[in-house]
Amino acid sequence: MRRGVHRLVSALGAVFLAFGILALATPAHADVVNPEMPFKISGNVQNNGEPIGGVTITVTGAAGFTATVPTDADGKFTVGVPEKSADYTVTLDETTLPEGIAVVDNPATPFVEANVQAVTVGPGGRSTMNFFIGQGERHTVSIADQIVQRLISGLNFGLMLALASVGLSLIYGTTGISNFAHAEMVTFGAVATFALVQLFGPAMLWLAIPLALVLSAGLGWGLDAALWAPLRRRGMGLVQLMIVSIGLSLGIRYLYQFFIGGSTEQLPGSDAERFKLFGTVTLSFTDILSMALSVLLIVVFAWWLTFTKIGKATRAISDNPSLAAASGIDVDGVVRIVWIIGSLLAGFSGILWAYFRPGIRWDMGGQILLLIFAATTLGGLGTAYGALIGSIIVGILVESSSLIIPSDLKYVGALVVLIGILLFRPQGILGRKERVG
Amino acid sequence: MDFVGILLSSLSFLLDPTTIAYALATLGLALHFGFGGLLNMGMAGFMALGAYGYAIGILYFGLPWYLAAFVGIGAAIVFALILGIPTLRLRGDYLAIVTIAAAEIVRLLLLSSAFGWFTGSADGLSGFNGPGGTVTNPHEGAGGFDQSNPIPDGTYGFVPFLDNERTWYLRIVGLSILAIAIFVVWRLVNSPWGRVIKGIREDEDAVRSLGKNVFAYKMQVLVIGGVIGALGGLMLAFSTNVNSSVYVTSLTFFLWTALLLGGAATVFGPLAGSIIFWVLQAFLGLLFPALAKAGLMPFTTIQASQVKFVIVGFALVLLVVFRPQGLFGSKKELTFVK
Amino acid sequence: MSSNPTSSSPVKSTGLHTGAIKPGVAKKDPILIADHVKRQFGGLVAVDVEHVEIPRNAITALIGPNGAGKTTFFNLLTGFDTPNEGTWSFNGKSLAKVSAFKVARMGLIRTFQLTKALGLLTVMDNMKLGSTSQPGERLGASLFPFVWKKKDREIDDKAMDLLKRFKLDAKKDDFAASLSGGQRKLLEMARALMTDPELVMLDEPMAGVNPALTESLLEHILGLKKAGMTVLFVEHDMHMVRHIADWVIVMAEGRVVAEGDPHEVMKNPAVIDAYLGSHQDTDLGAVTGRITLPKLPKEK
Ligand SMILES: Nc1ncnc2c1ncn2[C@@H]1O[C@H](COP(=O)(O)OP(=O)(O)O)[C@@H](O)[C@H]1O
Ligand SMILES: [Mg+2]
Repeated sequence: MRRGVHRLVSALGAVFLAFGILALATPAHADVVNPEMPFKISGNVQNNGEPIGGVTITVTGAAGFTATVPTDADGKFTVGVPEKSADYTVTLDETTLPEGIAVVDNPATPFVEANVQAVTVGPGGRSTMNFFIGQGERHTVSIADQIVQRLISGLNFGLMLALASVGLSLIYGTTGISNFAHAEMVTFGAVATFALVQLFGPAMLWLAIPLALVLSAGLGWGLDAALWAPLRRRGMGLVQLMIVSIGLSLGIRYLYQFFIGGSTEQLPGSDAERFKLFGTVTLSFTDILSMALSVLLIVVFAWWLTFTKIGKATRAISDNPSLAAASGIDVDGVVRIVWIIGSLLAGFSGILWAYFRPGIRWDMGGQILLLIFAATTLGGLGTAYGALIGSIIVGILVESSSLIIPSDLKYVGALVVLIGILLFRPQGILGRKERVG
Repeated sequence: MDFVGILLSSLSFLLDPTTIAYALATLGLALHFGFGGLLNMGMAGFMALGAYGYAIGILYFGLPWYLAAFVGIGAAIVFALILGIPTLRLRGDYLAIVTIAAAEIVRLLLLSSAFGWFTGSADGLSGFNGPGGTVTNPHEGAGGFDQSNPIPDGTYGFVPFLDNERTWYLRIVGLSILAIAIFVVWRLVNSPWGRVIKGIREDEDAVRSLGKNVFAYKMQVLVIGGVIGALGGLMLAFSTNVNSSVYVTSLTFFLWTALLLGGAATVFGPLAGSIIFWVLQAFLGLLFPALAKAGLMPFTTIQASQVKFVIVGFALVLLVVFRPQGLFGSKKELTFVK
Repeated sequence: MSSNPTSSSPVKSTGLHTGAIKPGVAKKDPILIADHVKRQFGGLVAVDVEHVEIPRNAITALIGPNGAGKTTFFNLLTGFDTPNEGTWSFNGKSLAKVSAFKVARMGLIRTFQLTKALGLLTVMDNMKLGSTSQPGERLGASLFPFVWKKKDREIDDKAMDLLKRFKLDAKKDDFAASLSGGQRKLLEMARALMTDPELVMLDEPMAGVNPALTESLLEHILGLKKAGMTVLFVEHDMHMVRHIADWVIVMAEGRVVAEGDPHEVMKNPAVIDAYLGSHQDTDLGAVTGRITLPKLPKEK
């Protein structure tokens, strides 16, 4: 029976894969895509004034927005985009140009690929851009470079996820809550930083970020003091707690929307210049700083969890709450600290997420909540180190999957893997089987 | 500010086809969670499959509407099976995470431009309820749901239910499906089968130790509840175009709110909960912007239209904390004690 | 079945084994046989049973210190857990890779150390769940009450009988959650009996049950034997074991360390060691010739 099930599942997997390949092979057939979206990017592809039709243009933007459009007979293309005052990247696929020509490089920015252009859709909601084609060398990116680039960005993304998911995992381990409002704790870090930057001015970013982290920690403290601790004392069931967290998540999320509106805002430094590492692999200063800070914070956190008294108590509670309580550990006090630390880490992850996306939005935490859950579950619910491993796997998977599958399906890959792993190892990578009886 | 007008248009949601659709989905959720103890956080996915299955059955397979409905139902059954095999063995909270993930997978696949030729991507699908036509251009094809309407053209009823023949037909079809579904669920949960699934909700190992095939029962619950959810999706597709932006995670959360409002382990609670929830939503959604416009609230109208979601969220918290059995559940039968 | 309170010295079954008494001794008529059953949790070997046979139509006690692996062994035998290796059979039919519900259907019913009463079902519904012959439990039939109504009344009568015997009849319409801990133990046992089992495995049925109830629980267990069933139960109180058990199996650190008649087995040095081994922290005075056993992990 088991084996039959596995066979069935792999067959289904094959079907999914076939669909994916089919999708890749199917050309887009319209020259205006997303006409219903309110804002537009349009442009021209010309070779010495001659329009070139049938060239593939891809527009990508925040939150996984991707659209692909071929130019029409006049060399024109138009793409509807979801947001104004936002940045998009427009890429011309040089392999779809006629033989022997390529996008002409801009001598001012030698490292920037001329076939990849950054476009800002201003407050007017419209932006026009042109590609100038001439004799020249094509910008082909070697597979190896693409893979390296994706791995780096996956690691970056994974570390950022890890900050959020170790907190979620600790909270789950000590209280049993599947905290859906963790998404809003992530968003909080970014929104608080944004608000403080508005208050102090962009030059004070170095002050805004630590202050935002303090506020994040305060949020964790406040939520526990006002909501979770009283519910804990009432002995509320885990399912109820989970649903409370869902309500809280919805409430806070729309509260953000109420205050900052539906648009995307940027933090200072999100437009940091990218420099070339090797080949076509590029990195920005924010990427490096983001990874370095994540690693630093994770190391400090791991040290805290492994060596300090409270860290040890935390693990003891995750292991066996009643035994921990019986052996004189102040469970309530430790749980309070776990909420504070979890919220602080989530807030920091939110700031990094604001740079990675890039941009701040009311539902930015919600966009990665499932990935955070996937990472935590992969590692084994309630094990902090498992969450770390799970996050890095999910991060790399999400970022590198767009090498193979369409990029608007990149989260799907991670979620499918989540379900797949649970099929073979239901307790997650580092989790333990529960005992019966 | 036209308060009476706001009240009347909110009351029209009492019998709105979408309210009926959500009531169906909530009923499915009640069977899953209230009776079977399955933490299904992916009901939106079942609804999406019901709706898209129906539309695709008409547009691509050229089926008449009543057969296309079975495509939607079939898709939900297949989804339940695929979901159930890996997850029904897992602890409840894993099921919650996996179902929410699976529903998101469905939505993202439907939204992806990769399958745009099939699912209409961000545009969704439309034009499938109209009169039957050629299928050379699939998007022109139609299953003839509107043609099957026996009610002569015209406007019927009284305010706030003064509507044309199409809306009335939708109501009649929807209420009939809902009545049948409620009857079936009522029969099921009051039978020995219902006893077994309630036992599984309480402690599946205990039920297993008595020789019941727990996995099979849970699968049956997942499939039947999922099919009822898909009927909700069908109902939405009968009334309007299908679009993946409807079947988001928040929809599932709203269904949960409606479920807990009415009482999870009751048969009529989901219906009452849905009606209250969606009428109230409509009311607040009209009231606050009107208040803001009239200068009675210090918000912009855009902000005012979002306040209702903030209220829904915090209301859900208060509901679970202070009245976990819902408005219509008995105090004794708290839905979840564990 | 007897609920006669005067039967204070029960009739013991004797001559259950063949050959010299040693761990794993063969039985004349075994109902359950386990061979090389081993279960590891990480590095910890929770169960490692070479060979053991449970005699038919007798009351066998499984004793041993906390953490000895008794519950784990129960889980393995009843399909709630899978061993790393080993074979075991019930009535000659191998149970390896048979899922828990099928094991139960074959007539091997167990109860749990941590009682599993179905809290939000009434006591009567708890009992009715034990029935194995209700056609209305099938999805298709459940929709048609005329198919199952009659059977349900029969089950009701049978359940009422058992509830009366277990003195739970007054509670039949209450939620099981409202019962006391001891009453839940009784309910769980009564529910198990609804399935008409051949072998009943009870995991610490007397734990947390007040003395008066313990008395009647012992009577019920004796009654099961009289009704032709086989009982295997875990118990820590040696007085009770001596009182009702026909045979005793002693486990320590996952192994069967001794077997035998309840009066003889406690004199066995291996048994004394096993119990002392788990109580090294208590001052037992001078125990000569005591071997230092590695400390057993605490029970969860
Ligand atoms: N699921 C599990 N995971 C890890 N260790 C377990 C598990 N179940 C039991 N154990 C360990 O196995 C040993 C035997 O436990 P158990 O069978 O409950 O003992 P007993 O019932 O004899 O008191 C104990 O050390 C216990 O901690
Ligand atoms: Mg035990």
